[in-house]
Amino acid sequence: MSRLRAWCLAPAGAMLGLLFLAPLGIIAAYSLMTRGPYGGVMGPWTAENYARLFDPLYLSILLRSVVYAAVATAVCVFMGFPLALFISRSGARKGLYLALVIVPFWTSFLVRTYAWMFLLRDTGLINTSLRMAGLIDQPLPLLYTPLAVMLGLVYGYLPFMVLPIFSTLERLDKSLLEAAADLGARPLDALFHITIPLAKPGILAGSLLVFISCLGAYLTPDLLGGGKTIMIGNVVQNQFTTSRDWPFGAALSLILMLAVMAMLMPLIRRDKEGLL
Amino acid sequence: MSRWLSAYAVGAYAFLHLPLAVLAVFSFNASRFTTWEGFSLVWYRTAFADPQLSEATVNSLLIAAAATVLATAVGTLCAYGLWKRSSQPVTAALYLSLVTPEIVMGIALLAFYQWIFRYLRIQLGMHTVILAHVMFSIAYVVTVVSARLRTFDRSQEEAALDLGATEWGAFFHVTLPQLTPGVISAALLVFILSFDDFVITSLVAGVDSETLPMVIYAMARRGFNPTVNAISTMIVAGLGVLILIGERLRES
Amino acid sequence: MDTVLELKRVSKQYPGHLAVDSVSLSVPRGSLFALVGPSGCGKTSILRMVAGFEQPTAGELLLNNGRIEHLKPYERNVTTVFQSYALFPHLTVRQNIEFGLKRKGAADLDGPVRKVMDLLRLAGKEARHPHQMSGGERQRVALARALVLEPELLLLDEPLSALDPQLRKQVRSELKALQRGVGITFLMVTHDQEEALSLSDHIAVMNRGKLEQVGRPEEIYLRPASRFVAGFLGAVNWLGNVGVRPEMMRLSRDPPGNGARCHRAKVRSAMFLGNCIHVETQLHDGAAVTAEVPRNHIEISQGEEVHVWWHPADEIHLPESR
Repeated sequence: MSRLRAWCLAPAGAMLGLLFLAPLGIIAAYSLMTRGPYGGVMGPWTAENYARLFDPLYLSILLRSVVYAAVATAVCVFMGFPLALFISRSGARKGLYLALVIVPFWTSFLVRTYAWMFLLRDTGLINTSLRMAGLIDQPLPLLYTPLAVMLGLVYGYLPFMVLPIFSTLERLDKSLLEAAADLGARPLDALFHITIPLAKPGILAGSLLVFISCLGAYLTPDLLGGGKTIMIGNVVQNQFTTSRDWPFGAALSLILMLAVMAMLMPLIRRDKEGLL
Repeated sequence: MSRWLSAYAVGAYAFLHLPLAVLAVFSFNASRFTTWEGFSLVWYRTAFADPQLSEATVNSLLIAAAATVLATAVGTLCAYGLWKRSSQPVTAALYLSLVTPEIVMGIALLAFYQWIFRYLRIQLGMHTVILAHVMFSIAYVVTVVSARLRTFDRSQEEAALDLGATEWGAFFHVTLPQLTPGVISAALLVFILSFDDFVITSLVAGVDSETLPMVIYAMARRGFNPTVNAISTMIVAGLGVLILIGERLRES
Repeated sequence: MDTVLELKRVSKQYPGHLAVDSVSLSVPRGSLFALVGPSGCGKTSILRMVAGFEQPTAGELLLNNGRIEHLKPYERNVTTVFQSYALFPHLTVRQNIEFGLKRKGAADLDGPVRKVMDLLRLAGKEARHPHQMSGGERQRVALARALVLEPELLLLDEPLSALDPQLRKQVRSELKALQRGVGITFLMVTHDQEEALSLSDHIAVMNRGKLEQVGRPEEIYLRPASRFVAGFLGAVNWLGNVGVRPEMMRLSRDPPGNGARCHRAKVRSAMFLGNCIHVETQLHDGAAVTAEVPRNHIEISQGEEVHVWWHPADEIHLPESR
């Protein structure tokens, strides 16, 4: 019995070990080394890379990433909750409305980000329409701004918020809402006193997913922020390509990983069976 | 309140869908500007005529196909093994691979490849991309197939053993056939993830293994190019169909 | 009769199914009124219409002589104890009970809450959450939550069904005492005839959407208006159009005389049930008759020939053959 099981788990285990854990280990090691002359790494061992993280330049980028992720998450909560509520109350058409959220989400992230470039650039649809309507003479600088990055983040990860909230709302006992009405609560009262408090687990799960995704975002700040609004992901990518400072990039990546893992610990513990 | 909710939902769905809809509409625009000047397929023709695009698309399809076959096989077996008896380390590693930011996974793989290439005489290329894609897809396959297995009645395998089948036999003849919709759904998922991947691919692809997302990215960065609209529309339509099929299978 | 709730030809039509068919009844103030019937008879639909979760498709609902069909549940002075209790899991016992008072904007929460908690023996449990309490305690919280609002009418949906059988008898008498004590009119829905008979001041029996009979428990039990009502409230032996309940049957070796109706029968089985003996007999004309006789009755065994008899006064005569 366990031989069969061993054979079943072996390929996946080998791949995870070799192509995921080992690389992460290498990165951890690199983060403590020095940058090589032509990129790559060399000895001696040093903690200098981590010290560099406290450099005001990088601290501000870290801070900006956290702030952007937090703001995007908050926006997603306020946009996503009513949508999840709507879907959970739409009776027979629930499947359709849910699909309308899922399908765009799974089609190319790159394309979806590009769509916003198309809309926001100086010669993009929004500016052109406004000019044609005579509302503006000069194009509004919409692309390559923090606003654009925020828009892209919310647009990209909103479904991550909607789905967990929806599934929590689905499990809500309908008779609780009837009891609330029975005791004198108007629909808005019931929403704030019963529905929202009981939807908290879903809101929390969604928030964690969105926040973590935003924190590690790369494409969105890259394409929609130009070179101006960079986040952690962009710096990391930079270190491994143009800047060729692998140890520093590794240190940054490790910090990001640790932050993500720290945030997910409570979620994993509660969700024993959950995903896998 | 439900009227407000419905009105809001219309707005929210518009937000989610209009950007893609607009992209699609303007892919048929005769002019390259954002003013509508008539229906035309010129950008589609341009897209099909571009040799770089064709090559990249072929690469993407090949990579996706290979990754799909491998990841689905490995992931299905893994899900099955975990279902027989759970394994904390494997589950933890899978979970971790799901939440690791793509950029981190990408650079880690790059570092890893560069390191082993010192000992093996190979370079970055299609194979490195395929392996990377398989790697990040496994957890998704395990998730989908595990969900299926959770509704599967264990005693069916016991019955098979009771009637003389070996353990592998029970798996192949009893369990796997019933998992088929889930496995196909997982395969479609891997295909979509692989076809669309940019971040990890751009880091571990070699010089002559450009994928479609990489080309699109370059074109998008270079400036306004309506050909991208056409390509994007085709991608969304194609992947959209695959997703719908996948969802149908998942629910069945 | 001072009426709290009146239903005037109330109907509820669902697509393809008439759940409630022109039901009219009056619930007297201060009574414990039971609405009974088999599942699907429409009693729950009536309860939901009175609470406001469903609208009647025809007829009128009057609370204290005022029409209420168009009022939302939160606009009616009626509260409900749900079958599952529907306690708010994220609120403490105290917060659950306070809920309705807060919605009303009541100034004094402490006084009424404490009073009702003492009444229902919940003192000291304010800070607990529903999942930390037993089934019986949860029911008392549900009752407290509904009663603290001093409604005109309290609705109870199958109040005893979620409780353990042992607990049921105890809660039954507590519920009766509670209703007497607070003086609020209770409208209770149940499929259990024993529950209805023991608890209520008035019973309305329903079947397939129609009201079969309304009256006091003894009246309905001893003088049922139809075969259905007779059969629903207890077992009946029907001999033609005359019915006799098994507990009114007696067995003897010799004919009893003294004006009793009598038949000869053969004993098919005799089962000891603890508090009585359940005897199945077959009359000479083939009819099956069930008798439940006290333990100290005559010794009978299977296959014996006996006389089955009863007093004519114990007969059930239906108003017309239904």
